[in-house]
Amino acid sequence: MIDLSINGLPVSVPEGTTILDAARFADIPIPTLCHHPKLTPYGGCRLCIVDVKGINRPVTSCTTPVTAGMEVTTTSPTIEKLRKTILELILSDHPNDCMVCEKAGDCTLQELAYFYGIRENRLDGERRVYAKKDDNPFIERNMEKCILCGKCVRICDEVQGVGAIDIAYRGFNAKVCPPFEKNLDCEFCGQCVSVCPTGALTGKAWGQRGRQKDIKEIETICPYCGCGCSITLHVRRNEVIRVSSREDTLNEGWLCPKGRFGYSFINNAARLKTPFIREEGKLKEATWDEALDFIADRLGKVKAKYGADSIAGLSSARCTNEENYLFQKFMRAAVGTNNVDHCARL
Amino acid sequence: MTNSIPEIENNDVLFVIGSNTTETHPIIGLRMKKAVRKGAKIIVADPRKINLVRFSTVWMQHRPGTDVALLNGMMHVLLQEQMVDKGFVTEWTEGFDTFRKSLADYSPEKVEKITGVPKKDIVRAALLYGEAKRPAIYYTMGITQHAHGTQNVFAIANLALMTGNLGRESTGVNPLRGQNNVQGATDMGCIPNQYPGYQRVDLPSIRAKFETAWDAKLSDKPGLTATEMMNAAMEDKVKALYIMGENPVMSDPDTHHTVKALKNLEFLVVQDIFMTETAQLADVVLPSACFAEKDGTFTNTERRVQRVKKALNPPGKAREDSAIILELSRRMGYDMKYNLIEEVLREIGGLWPAVAGITYGRIEKWGLQWPCPTLDHPGTPYLFKGGFPRGKASFTPVRYEPSKELPDKEYPFILTTGRQLFQYHTGSMTRKVKELNIVAPEAYVEINPADAERLKIADGDTVRVTSRRGSIDLRALVSERPYEGLVFIPFHYREAAANILTNPQLDPVCKIPELKVCAVKIETGHGGQ
Repeated sequence: MIDLSINGLPVSVPEGTTILDAARFADIPIPTLCHHPKLTPYGGCRLCIVDVKGINRPVTSCTTPVTAGMEVTTTSPTIEKLRKTILELILSDHPNDCMVCEKAGDCTLQELAYFYGIRENRLDGERRVYAKKDDNPFIERNMEKCILCGKCVRICDEVQGVGAIDIAYRGFNAKVCPPFEKNLDCEFCGQCVSVCPTGALTGKAWGQRGRQKDIKEIETICPYCGCGCSITLHVRRNEVIRVSSREDTLNEGWLCPKGRFGYSFINNAARLKTPFIREEGKLKEATWDEALDFIADRLGKVKAKYGADSIAGLSSARCTNEENYLFQKFMRAAVGTNNVDHCARL
Repeated sequence: MTNSIPEIENNDVLFVIGSNTTETHPIIGLRMKKAVRKGAKIIVADPRKINLVRFSTVWMQHRPGTDVALLNGMMHVLLQEQMVDKGFVTEWTEGFDTFRKSLADYSPEKVEKITGVPKKDIVRAALLYGEAKRPAIYYTMGITQHAHGTQNVFAIANLALMTGNLGRESTGVNPLRGQNNVQGATDMGCIPNQYPGYQRVDLPSIRAKFETAWDAKLSDKPGLTATEMMNAAMEDKVKALYIMGENPVMSDPDTHHTVKALKNLEFLVVQDIFMTETAQLADVVLPSACFAEKDGTFTNTERRVQRVKKALNPPGKAREDSAIILELSRRMGYDMKYNLIEEVLREIGGLWPAVAGITYGRIEKWGLQWPCPTLDHPGTPYLFKGGFPRGKASFTPVRYEPSKELPDKEYPFILTTGRQLFQYHTGSMTRKVKELNIVAPEAYVEINPADAERLKIADGDTVRVTSRRGSIDLRALVSERPYEGLVFIPFHYREAAANILTNPQLDPVCKIPELKVCAVKIETGHGGQ
C-alpha cells in the first residue's frame, strides 16, 4: 500500500493506483470528461489536473500513479481557473442548444458548465459543421457536440472488441467516425451511447420521448437471453421509452442491441388485451369469467373422460420463478398429472 | 454454470464448444474478450467461423455432430501425454479405468478423419486445456441439440474430471442457458420427472412431502417432455394442452408435425403476450403481462436469483400469469392462496433448501446464487468446492455415433440452425421491434462461396432449401462462415421457419431434438416469395 495525502487528508491505496482513483476512493471530487473507470486512462480532457508538491506544473490525475509521500492538492484558485478555461475552450465550438438537446439534465458537459458558471463564452470561435450520414435505426450521432474525449472509441475497442470507430484527422478537423467516414455499421450494442458525456451520441428510439423529470426509473432484469443483465426501464405515462444499465451491476452497465434497443414490443399495439374463445372456427373476444369458466369446464370434462394424464402443460422459460412454480403446482395438484415441461430443450 | 459470470475474466484458457457466445450471450461474450485482454487463450470448436474465432488461439472447425469424437480425441492426447490429474481422479471420481480404455479408438489421426479437424489442432487444443491452471468449458445448444446430446455432455464432463478442472474458482463446466429464466423454470420443477429443486416425482418419500405441503394427491408417474407431448397429441394420448408463454410451432422441430399435433388436440389453451403462431391454433387465448408488468424473480445462467420489478400496468385486460393460474386453479376446485407474490418464493424455500435463504429484500440490488440455504448465507459463486453432492463423480465412457440424418446424393448439405445477434428465439418479441428488423429484416441461409459458385447462387438470391420434412424459400447469404457442404439458417423467422426442415429425432435420455444436424438440398429458380 502507498501512503499519500490529498488536500491534507491521509490516503492509503494499492501500488499502481492513479491520483484520480485515490481521490475518488477518499470521496474527493475531481471533474473529468474523458475518464471511465473500465477503460484505459486517456488524459485527453485535462480537467482532472491537480497540483503535486514538488512538481511545478499541474499534472493530469487520471494518468499519474501515486507515489509514497505524495502531497496532492485537487483544488485551488489557479487550478479552478485553468479548469474553467479548459471548459470554455471545449464549449467554444459547442452548439448551445441544451434547450432541445436529448442529453440535457444527464450531460456531464452541461453540468460542468453549470458548476463553473459559464453563461457567456469569451472564447467563442469557429464552429465545426458535419453532414449527418446515419441510416442505422439505433444510434443518433450529433458530431458537432463531440468533445473528442475518445470514450466511445475506447469502449468499442477495449470492451466490445469491435473497433468500428476511431479518431480521424488532426487538430480542429479531428473527428470520431467509422473508416472512410462511412455509415456506422457495427454490432449496435450502444455501449458508446452509454458512455458519451455529451449529446453527441444518443439513442434514436428515445429521441424526444421525455426529459428526466417526468421519467420513472425501475431496476429490473433483461427478458432476453440467460446472462441476467440488470436493466433500468425509463417509464413515462405507462410506456417504456428507454432502457439503460447502471455501472454497478453484474453486467457492468454493458448491454447488447436487444437489451438496450429491443424494448418496444412492451408497448406494441399488437399486445393481447383481452381473452379470446374460439367459436365456429374463429377466435372471438370474451370476458375473463367466460374464458376461465370455459377452460375449467373443458379441462374438467377431458379429465373425467380420459384421465388426468390426457392433459399436459407447457410452462415458460420467459416467466418468473414464482409463476413457473405455480404453473407446475397447478398441473400436479389441481389437474393431477406430471405432464409439465418447458422449452429447455429447444 | 458451475462457475459465475464474473469468474470468466480470470480463466487462463476458455474452451468454447458449440456456443456462438458473442451473438447468443453477448454480455458473457464481453467477459470472454476481457479474459483475452488479460492474457487468456480461447479454444473455439465450432463448425462455423463465428466472431469469437477472431479472439481465439485455436479454432477447430469440426463437422456438426462429431463433438464426441473431437472431445475423445482431445482426451486421448491428454492420456498419451500423461496430463491426467491423478490425485483428483483417485479422490473424487470412479470408473476411470473403463473410461481410459474407451479412449483407445480415438487417436488424433482417426479423429481427424471423423471431424475434419487437423490432427495438430486437436493436439494443440488438448495441450492448451491440459496445461491450463484455471480453464473452463463453455457450451450451448451446439452440444445439446443432438440425438446424442447427452453423450456430448458426458464427454465434456469426462474432460473436466480427468484433468481435475472442476470445483475451483474460474475453473469448471459452464452450459450457458439461452433464455432469461430457463434455469428458473427447470429449478421450479417445470419438468415432467421432478418437483421443484430436482426432487424426483417417483420417490415415495419425496412425493409424500409434496402431498403434505400442497394438500393434494399427486401422481407417481413421470410425465411427458415437451417434444413427447406433441407425439402424444398426435397419437390421441394427450387431449388437452395448456401452454403458458411458449411458441412450439416456431421452436419445435418439424413444424408441420407440430401444427398437425396441436390441431389434433380436443382443447388447446395458449396464454401469451402476443397472438403467436401457436396462439392462432388455440381454443382459448389468454392475454398475459410481460416481464416489465410484474414482480417476481428470474434465475440466470449462473444460478443467480434476481429481482424482477413491475414498472408499468399490463395493456387492456391482460393479467399477470400468476393471477391467471391462481384464478383458474380456484375455479377447478383447488384454491391456492397467497397474499403477496413473495409468499410463493417462501413456499419454494420451504420445499427446496437451496433457495431458503433468498428473500426479495436480500436481492433488491444484487441477486444471490443458489445454493443459498440460510438467511445469512452469501450464495454460492461456484459449485463442487471440496467434493460432489453424490460423493464421487462417475466417468461415463462415450462412443461416437453419427447424427441420424447425414448428407446423401439427394440431400447433399448439412443444415445447422441457431440464433443471430439482432433477433431472439421465435421472434415473438424482437420481430415486433422496428429497429431490430431494419438491420435483421429477413431469414437467410449462410452458404460457403464455393458451394454458391457451384450452384450458381449469388449473394442475395432467393433459394429453396428442402429437407425430407418440408421446404422454405429464403435469401442466400454467401459467407465464409460455414465450411463447404454446411449451411446455417437462423430460426427466428416465421416466413421461412427453419424448423420446417429440422429433424425431430430425440435423444433417448433427455428427449432433446436433433436441431443442429439434418440433411438438406438447395435449389434455385423458384422465383422466390
